[in-house]
Amino acid sequence: MITLKNITKCYGSSIVIDDLSLLVQSGSTTVLIGPSGCGKSTTLKLINGLVRPEKGSVIINNQNINDYDIFSLRTKIGYVIQDGGLFPHLTAYENVSILASYLGWGKQSISERLGELCELTKFPSEALNRFPVQISGGQRQRVSLMRALMLNPDILLMDEPLAALDPLIRYDLQNDLKQIFSTLNKTVILVTHDINEADFFGDKIVLIKDGSVVQEGTLKQFVEYPSNSFVTKFISAQRKHF
Amino acid sequence: MKRTSITVGILFLFLSISNVSSSKEIVVGSKTFTESVILGEIIKQIVQQQGLQVKYLSGLGGTRVLWNSLKKGELDIYPEYSGTLIQEIFSDKIINDLEELSEELQKYNIGMSRPLGFNNTYIIGMKKNLASKLKVANISDLRRYPDLRFGFSNEFMDRADGWPSLKKIYNLSHKNVKGLDHDLAYRGLESGSIDVIDLYSTDAEIDYYSLATLEDDLNHFPQYFAVVLYRKDIKKKYPKVISTILELENKITEVKMIKMNSDVKIKGISESNVASQYLKSALSIKTNPVQVSVFSRFSKNTLDHLVLVFISLTFAIIIAIPLGIISYKYEKIGKFILGVVGIIQTIPSIALLVFMIPLLGIGLAPAIVALFLYSLLPIVRNTYSGLKDVPVQIKESAVAIGLPSTARLTLIEIPIASRSILSGIKTSAVINVGTATLAALIGAGGYGQPIFTGIRLDNMGLILEGAVPAALLALLVQWLFGLLEKVFVPKGLRLKS
Repeated sequence: MITLKNITKCYGSSIVIDDLSLLVQSGSTTVLIGPSGCGKSTTLKLINGLVRPEKGSVIINNQNINDYDIFSLRTKIGYVIQDGGLFPHLTAYENVSILASYLGWGKQSISERLGELCELTKFPSEALNRFPVQISGGQRQRVSLMRALMLNPDILLMDEPLAALDPLIRYDLQNDLKQIFSTLNKTVILVTHDINEADFFGDKIVLIKDGSVVQEGTLKQFVEYPSNSFVTKFISAQRKHF
Repeated sequence: MKRTSITVGILFLFLSISNVSSSKEIVVGSKTFTESVILGEIIKQIVQQQGLQVKYLSGLGGTRVLWNSLKKGELDIYPEYSGTLIQEIFSDKIINDLEELSEELQKYNIGMSRPLGFNNTYIIGMKKNLASKLKVANISDLRRYPDLRFGFSNEFMDRADGWPSLKKIYNLSHKNVKGLDHDLAYRGLESGSIDVIDLYSTDAEIDYYSLATLEDDLNHFPQYFAVVLYRKDIKKKYPKVISTILELENKITEVKMIKMNSDVKIKGISESNVASQYLKSALSIKTNPVQVSVFSRFSKNTLDHLVLVFISLTFAIIIAIPLGIISYKYEKIGKFILGVVGIIQTIPSIALLVFMIPLLGIGLAPAIVALFLYSLLPIVRNTYSGLKDVPVQIKESAVAIGLPSTARLTLIEIPIASRSILSGIKTSAVINVGTATLAALIGAGGYGQPIFTGIRLDNMGLILEGAVPAALLALLVQWLFGLLEKVFVPKGLRLKS
C-alpha cells in the first residue's frame, strides 16, 4: 500500500503540489489525470524519490521512504516514461538488463528473464540486439516496460506511457498493457491526460488540479456525482468527441 | 582527487629527471636575432674546441628568458648587450658604467667580458627616398609628420629604453604604432605598409635595403656594447674555456659584425660556417662547423614536436576529464575549475613560458607544462558540457531504475557524453600541435625551430620546413581522433534513426 500524506512541493516560488494526500491499494491500478502542469507527474516522482517533498511524507508498506535504502527501494519500483527514456548507447537487451548485470546476475538468468519478458510484452526477441534508434516508438515502450519489470518490482509507475504513439499502435499497446496488469497483479500508478484511457485502465481515477486532488473514484462516479463544476467540465471536454 | 595529485606528481618527477640528465654539458644560449645566434655559435665552437660537451640553445625568445635561465643555472654562457642589461634587467638601479654593471652582476655570481668591440645600438630608420622627400634627418624631425606609420619590434615596444621613453623624450604624438617581429619589419618597410622602424646598428639590411638612419639628436639611446655573460662557477671549473672566450674582447669591430650578419642574412652562409671562419682568422682557432642534413634536422624536429604534443596531451587528458566530471558533479567547485582553466587560456603563451623558467628552467619541461595547461580548457569544458547535456529523461531513468551515482556516471552519462569529450580532446590536440611551435622559443625544439629561423633569415624554405609538417600533423591528429570516435563513441550513438 502506498500513502501520500499532506504533501507540499515547490519549484522555486511556485507550488506544484499543494497539501496532496492519496492512498493506493496494493494490486490495484490507479490513474492520475488532470490538465497539463497539475502536478500528476510530480506525484509519480515523489513515490520513487526522484522528487523530495518540502512537507508531508510518502509511505510505502507502512514505512516512510526516507527510512528505505533508496537504491534498493527503486529496484522494487518500475518506472516507464513517455518516450521510454531508453539509453541510446545500449541495445534493447542491454537497456533491459543493465541493472541486473550491475547487481551481478549471471548471463543465464538474465537471458531467461528476458525471454519471459519478451513473451509477456510481445516484444520480438530477434530485435533485442537493436539500438533504440533502430526500433519503432511502440517497441521502444515495450522495451521500457521490460526494463521496468526486469527485477519483478511490486510497484509500476507509468508517466504517460502511450502519449507519443500513433492511434493504432496505441490501441494495441493499451490492450496488451491491460492484460499485463491483470496477469501480474501489481500496484500500478499511471499518469495520463486522456479520460478514456483513464477509464480503460483505472480501478480508481484520481483527478488532480493545481497540485491537489479534486475527486477520486470511477468515471461513472465522476459523471454522476461530480464534486464540483471543474470535474464535469474536464470530463465533458474530452467525452463530447464520442 | 588522490589519483589526480599522484598523476601531477609523476608529471613533475618526469620533468625534473629530464632536466637533470643534461647537467654535465655547458649550455650556451642566444637570442632570436642573427647577430646573437652568430655570437652564440662562436662561443659554442670555442667550448667545443676545448673538448667539452656543449649544448647550444639558439634563438631563445627574449632577454628575460635568457637572463632568468642564466640566473637559474639552466644556461651557462650567452652574448648580451650592456645597454640591455642596464636599461632592461637593472632598470630599477642606477648604473653609470661598465664597472658598476660588472659589480652588479657579481651579486648573481655572473661574470661579464669587456666589450667585444662593437656598439649595436638602436637606430630609427626609414626608406631613403621617403626620408629625403620629407627632409627627415634626425628623430626630432619625425614630430612634423604625426601621420607616419611606425612598426617596431615587439621587444622595442615594451622595453624601458624603447618606444615608451623615445616617445616621451622626443615628444612624438604618432598614433599609428604597431608591434611586430623585427625581421618582418624590413618586409613591412619594403612593401610600404609601414614607414618607420627600429634597427640595430649592425643590421646587414641597412645597407642592403639602402635605408636612411635618423640621428639620435637628443641622445636617447644608450650604448649597447656586445659582451659575453657567463656563470662564475663555469669559470672556476673550466678556466681555459672562459679565458679563450675572453680573447674575443675588443676583437669584433662594427664593420666585422655587419659583415658577418650580412654573410648569414644576405649571402645565406650558415651561422656555423661564419663563426668558424671568424675564429680561424681572428683567433687562429680551427673548428669544424657542423653541417646538419635537412633530413636529420627534420627528424629531430619531428621527434621533439611529437614528444611535446604526446606527453602534454596525455597528461591533459588524464587530468582534464576528471576535472570536467568534478565540475559537472559539484556545481560550485565546477565554476571555480572552469574559471581557472579559462584564465590560464588567456595568458599569452610566451608570458606563461617566461613565468615558468624560475620553476622549471628552459627546454622540454616548461614547454610541456605550458602545453599541458593550454590543453586543459577544451577537454574540461567539453567533458562538463557533454555530461550536462545528457537529456534529463535519460538521467531520470537512470536514477529511477536504481543505479547509484557512480554507476550512472560510468555506465550511462560518460558513454553518452563520449562524443563531446572526444571532440574536446580533438580540439586540444589541434591547438596543442600549433602552440607547440612556440616551444622553440625556450629551447624545446620542434617545428617552431625552422619556422623562427626561417623568419629570422627571411628563408621561405625553412619556414615551410616547419609550417607544412606542423599543419600535416594537425590534420593527422584530427584524422586519428576521427578513427578513435569509432572505438570510443558507442555504436548506438553513431547510428542514424
